[in-house]
Amino acid sequence: MLEVTIIYGFVNSVILALVALGFGLTFGISGVSNFAYGALYVLAGYVVWIFINKLHIPFVVAACLGVVLTAFLGAVLYRFVLLRVRGLVLSEVIATFGVGLAILELFRCLGFTGFEYTLPVFTDGSILIGNTYIDHQRLWIVGIGVTLAVGLYFFTHHTKLGLAFRGIAQDERTALSLGINSDKIAEISVAFGAGLAALAAIVILPRGLISVNEGYDVLINAMAVCIIGGLGSTVGVVAAAFVIGYAQIISEALVGPHWKMIVSLIAILVILVVKPSGLFGKQKELEERI
Amino acid sequence: MQQTMPTAAGAAPARRRKERIDRGIKARSDDVFALTSYREMLYVAIPPAIPVVLLLVLPLILPIYWQKVLLSAAVFAVLAMSWDFLASVGMVSLGQALFFGVGAYVAGILDHYLGLPVWLSIPLGTLFGGLICTVLLLPVLRLRGIYFAMVTLVLPLMFERIIEATGLLGGTEGLTGLTSFPNPWIELYLIGTVVLLTLFGFRRLMTSDYGLVLKGIRDNDRSVMSAGLNIYWYKAQALFIGGAICAFCGAYMTHVQMFVGMPAFALDYSILPIATAVVGGMGTFAGSVLGAFLLVPLSEFLRGVGGWRTVLYALSLVGFIVLLPEGIFHYVRRKYHQFERWVGVEASS
Repeated sequence: MLEVTIIYGFVNSVILALVALGFGLTFGISGVSNFAYGALYVLAGYVVWIFINKLHIPFVVAACLGVVLTAFLGAVLYRFVLLRVRGLVLSEVIATFGVGLAILELFRCLGFTGFEYTLPVFTDGSILIGNTYIDHQRLWIVGIGVTLAVGLYFFTHHTKLGLAFRGIAQDERTALSLGINSDKIAEISVAFGAGLAALAAIVILPRGLISVNEGYDVLINAMAVCIIGGLGSTVGVVAAAFVIGYAQIISEALVGPHWKMIVSLIAILVILVVKPSGLFGKQKELEERI
Repeated sequence: MQQTMPTAAGAAPARRRKERIDRGIKARSDDVFALTSYREMLYVAIPPAIPVVLLLVLPLILPIYWQKVLLSAAVFAVLAMSWDFLASVGMVSLGQALFFGVGAYVAGILDHYLGLPVWLSIPLGTLFGGLICTVLLLPVLRLRGIYFAMVTLVLPLMFERIIEATGLLGGTEGLTGLTSFPNPWIELYLIGTVVLLTLFGFRRLMTSDYGLVLKGIRDNDRSVMSAGLNIYWYKAQALFIGGAICAFCGAYMTHVQMFVGMPAFALDYSILPIATAVVGGMGTFAGSVLGAFLLVPLSEFLRGVGGWRTVLYALSLVGFIVLLPEGIFHYVRRKYHQFERWVGVEASS
């Protein structure tokens, strides 16, 4: 029992980190709100499903196309919606949230619900760790999640583009004076975030069905992880993912499966009341509260 | 285009700009409080009379089905005005459903478990709904902007899931078979009256000294603090006012539908009021009413197509916030008070 909890808690934590990385990159590191994140995640799932099942494209190609297409959509979202309300933070939130809502509810209206909407697993089978069976897909999730988290850390700390991402969130004017085109960088950041959402969807969704409601859950989980970890901190995202991941699995085992999401929601509330800048956040520690 | 128009500045290619000037009648009827003609009096009196007349007359002439549409438009108008009010105090909420749902459940509980009559459960639902929400949000009053918005987004979702998980208060089934209103006319005129009271009450409140403090909190909370005013106390009061009005809508809808359940916390009640207020025009309250009476009937036409309502709302929200952020009301008001003409611009160099 304990072993199962530890292993599945670990997998769940990596899933949360994976889901939150894209949101963290856009919202946390570059300071651009993209509340259509959950919708882009679900959209990527459906797009890849359509590529595979309707257009009969091989899985690997379909997955790559899905990621590129979602990233492109992210850039379009920035160019046509976000750019015009940039700087008005609440308009950013409302506009992107509206876009996400429109995408998700559109899928619901078009009837994209049912048991046939699943993505294929990468490799079939399972292995035994101790006394616990764990399927290959979850191992893939762990592998890709860890790689991405480490990659993102190095990307944001040791590449020019990554440093520019952080720069525009810290001080946009200074960034401009150093020759960083903040609109361009923000657009790339939204596109990268959307691409990461698609990647996360392709890796994670094979565990279950693609459903519209997943979009809302993903957004809440990503928000929870990013807020608790603190905006702008990759380490914080990983740490917070583990905190919430284990809390979810434990409460699921002890109380019931319904409580999984409630844990995330309560976590957001508690951290916003106690320490709005998050566990590892350094940005805007004073600005958002009086 | 530029070549063909008459040139005002001689041989140089004409540069022109649009000039907006107040209409004479506005200037005459605006500051001087001695209106001298019926034309001027009507100019001032007609715009505020439009909602009053419409809300009093429409219930009499509409068929039953469109009466229900009017009712839901009125409810969303009130929710949107409450959102607008909170937004003009600097508390932008992404979860009006919280206030709505709490009010609905309080009224439902009072009716279902205590058997209180309608005329008691709605006022109590309003009062306690407002109080409960204010107390819940007290710890986050110090947050502002996006962080406050996130809390309000999260709370109704959490309540929905807690009710689902614990099965309290009827769980997923909700509380059914509640008392309804004695007759549909009371139903319609009650909400109509509340729309008018909220509209004119809020407009008046925001121009009073009290409203000035509230606006000050939105614009620069620190300077209000340094004026020696306790902004948390003001924010709590504003939250109670805004919350209680939403809670009234919840309690009212509970008795109209004779049912209260998890849908009371649904995202619809959060996003529709925002869309309504943004489409109509923020900060004027009249815009919220206008928006509700445009969007709700419009979405009725799409009813046959399925659940497109939310899509329509979300898209119009995005469209307006990006393309016409001022909203319809500000646009119409400008056209009413001002006229525009092209004037030539002299070259500065």
